[in-house]
Amino acid sequence: MSRNLILGSALSSLVVLAALVSFVWTPYDHAALNIPDKLQPPNAQHWFGTDHFGRDMFSMIMVGARTSIAVALVAVGIGMALGVPLGLTAAARKGSWLDEVIMRGNDLVFAFPSLVIAILITAVFGAGAINAIIAIGIFNIPVFARITRGAALSLWEREFILAARVAGKGAARISAEHILPNVANLLIVQGTIQFSLGILAEAGLSYVGLGAQSPTPSWGRMLADAQTMVSFAPHLALIPGLAIIVTVLGLNLLGDGLRDWLDPRIRVARA
Amino acid sequence: MTLYSVRTCASALALGATLLASQALAKSDITIAMQLEPPHLDPTSAAAQAIDSVVYTNIFEGLTRFMGDGSVVPGLAEGWEISDDGTVYTFTLRDGVTFHDGSTMDAEDVKFSLDRATAEDSANAQKALFAGIESVEVVDPLTVKITLSEPNGNFLFNLAWGDAVIVAPESIDDIKTNPVGTGAYTFGDWVQGDSITLNRNPNYWGEQPALETATFKFISDPTAAFSAMMAEDVDVFDNFPAPENLPQFEADPRFQVLVGSTEGETILSTNNKQAPFDDIRVRQALAHAIDRQAIIDGAMFGYGTPIGTHFAPHNPAYVDLTENSAYDPEKAKAMLAEAGFADGFETTLHLPPPSYARRGGEIIAAQLAEVGIKAEIINVEWAQWLESVFKGKEFGLTIVSHTEPMDIGIYARPEYYFQYDSTDFQALMDTLNSTTDPDERTRLMGEAQRLIADDYVNGYLFQLAKLGVAKAGVQGLWENAPTAAIDLSAISWSE
Repeated sequence: MSRNLILGSALSSLVVLAALVSFVWTPYDHAALNIPDKLQPPNAQHWFGTDHFGRDMFSMIMVGARTSIAVALVAVGIGMALGVPLGLTAAARKGSWLDEVIMRGNDLVFAFPSLVIAILITAVFGAGAINAIIAIGIFNIPVFARITRGAALSLWEREFILAARVAGKGAARISAEHILPNVANLLIVQGTIQFSLGILAEAGLSYVGLGAQSPTPSWGRMLADAQTMVSFAPHLALIPGLAIIVTVLGLNLLGDGLRDWLDPRIRVARA
Repeated sequence: MTLYSVRTCASALALGATLLASQALAKSDITIAMQLEPPHLDPTSAAAQAIDSVVYTNIFEGLTRFMGDGSVVPGLAEGWEISDDGTVYTFTLRDGVTFHDGSTMDAEDVKFSLDRATAEDSANAQKALFAGIESVEVVDPLTVKITLSEPNGNFLFNLAWGDAVIVAPESIDDIKTNPVGTGAYTFGDWVQGDSITLNRNPNYWGEQPALETATFKFISDPTAAFSAMMAEDVDVFDNFPAPENLPQFEADPRFQVLVGSTEGETILSTNNKQAPFDDIRVRQALAHAIDRQAIIDGAMFGYGTPIGTHFAPHNPAYVDLTENSAYDPEKAKAMLAEAGFADGFETTLHLPPPSYARRGGEIIAAQLAEVGIKAEIINVEWAQWLESVFKGKEFGLTIVSHTEPMDIGIYARPEYYFQYDSTDFQALMDTLNSTTDPDERTRLMGEAQRLIADDYVNGYLFQLAKLGVAKAGVQGLWENAPTAAIDLSAISWSE
């Protein structure tokens, strides 16, 4: 196990843990306004201080982790659920019109700047966590489709696939039984990376007011709310900013570590 | 060599002299920032406040005008006579007033302006101001006779509005992009999305103002507003959008902060035709569920005066009715239960961009949640708000500041977006409009305030404060905002 893997999983599990614990316990009600106590710097009662409405920042960060993780997780789920079958199909029907349609469709989605389209989608269909998930999810589809197709293509050339074909298995069955297990490692690594990108995208959309809506806490919106107050209450911006950094850094380290650990090529080289 | 040094000395002296001279002369230009850019520059065909901020008294003038303290004084009319029955106003116009294009301002222009405002197809945003005008007659070039269908104690006040300014038929076609008025400043340049420049009018009929040019700069983002002010890129911010930054300006000797009042009654507008808000008990519950002080402290950082009705507290006729809708969540719950909503209900809360609405909305949503009302927050831009809320009436609740002066009359318009339809109130407004006796008017205005407070038409939150920020050397700024205006002729630099 590499240092990256250990540090990455430690940071990521810290964030996941905060999100899970927030379901049963937070120091304060994250939505309870307490205006007389507003803008307190971090102290013994409020570990991360209070925001401009006197809400406890620590509780908000915990519940905000939930929002970030939920949005990113579902978005990656959408990408995998649609992208992987598309990639497998394209690889199985290599060179056919179906392959062309799928891959050119992917190119089309790739060609658009993702955040701009996400803004367009949420602007047209209304701001909210659900639309943010869909917008981010759509851009995960081609990522997974491409990576799956690429890996699957080289597998289709291998002898064990030929053996399976000789045994009379159809393309769909081979894809599910032999190809998919062999690309799973790659998908897990890519999933971790997309997960961290999803968290950034959610924070970005919330920052411009198109992500999760009040009173659902979101790190991006906390940053946006803090803008005019940074000069006299810097903790309002620093704390959600650090939360985003810790999460994204953790997930990237985890992804790197996982790749080192799981990637067969590197494993072979190591052996 | 000698010659050379003598010459250098001379030029150094000359340079020094120029420097001294320029220091002795006060600055003659100013950059004033505002949050919103006007959609166009015709104050007589749109409700946008930003238009009046730029053009009112600067480019366009009316027969009467507002002063900074809210009083109404003669404008283009030198004086007037009112017939004994209060229905005929004879205005004497100032002699020698010209429009910026050189044409003379006379009685024909007054007739044209008022006829245009009262016309069937008039685009005027405040047609109610002119509703009582029966006819406008030109007696001679400097005399206009206006006949009203019934006495209107507010008539001179109405004529002072930016919607009632005098325009010329010759330049009316291009008024939106090239406004030609009679004011102390002429329209210079408009860089869309950035700024509008006005220049001093050398042919102005009145006293020449101190400033030669003025630039109105549009900065909508509160963070950018703060940086622009701190970097001294702008000299004045007309109404600073981020109240949380004011203590920093106050502590900085480079700046002055002017906290005044506006005519903006900030209210939780309620769709009176939409269930369950058509039930007065639900509206009353709403009113008792709201803690005004928390909203003022949380959203406006303490700037604002609580109101209990739709009336400005600085008006002598104001009645303090805040107790009528005092914060009492238990009572609110009881009222909801009585109306059949013991478990609360769901509604929408549309929030336009200003921080009083966005932040106030978050606080109100939390307060409503306390009594079981789940208000879904929908953030909208102004264009969307005008389209779906103001015109479309598709909303449950919304927060907005009504910044027109003395606008309680909107409650007599059943088609107005909050759709309050009370024949009692409409009759009361008719009586008020035809009453000229000041004491009786005060009494009637009090009655009107009580009526809408007792009907809990809307949630009455607070009177919006005017939060001006300016460099320390700027003088003559309006502290209060009796109407949306930035009166350039009153502004100067101190040395």
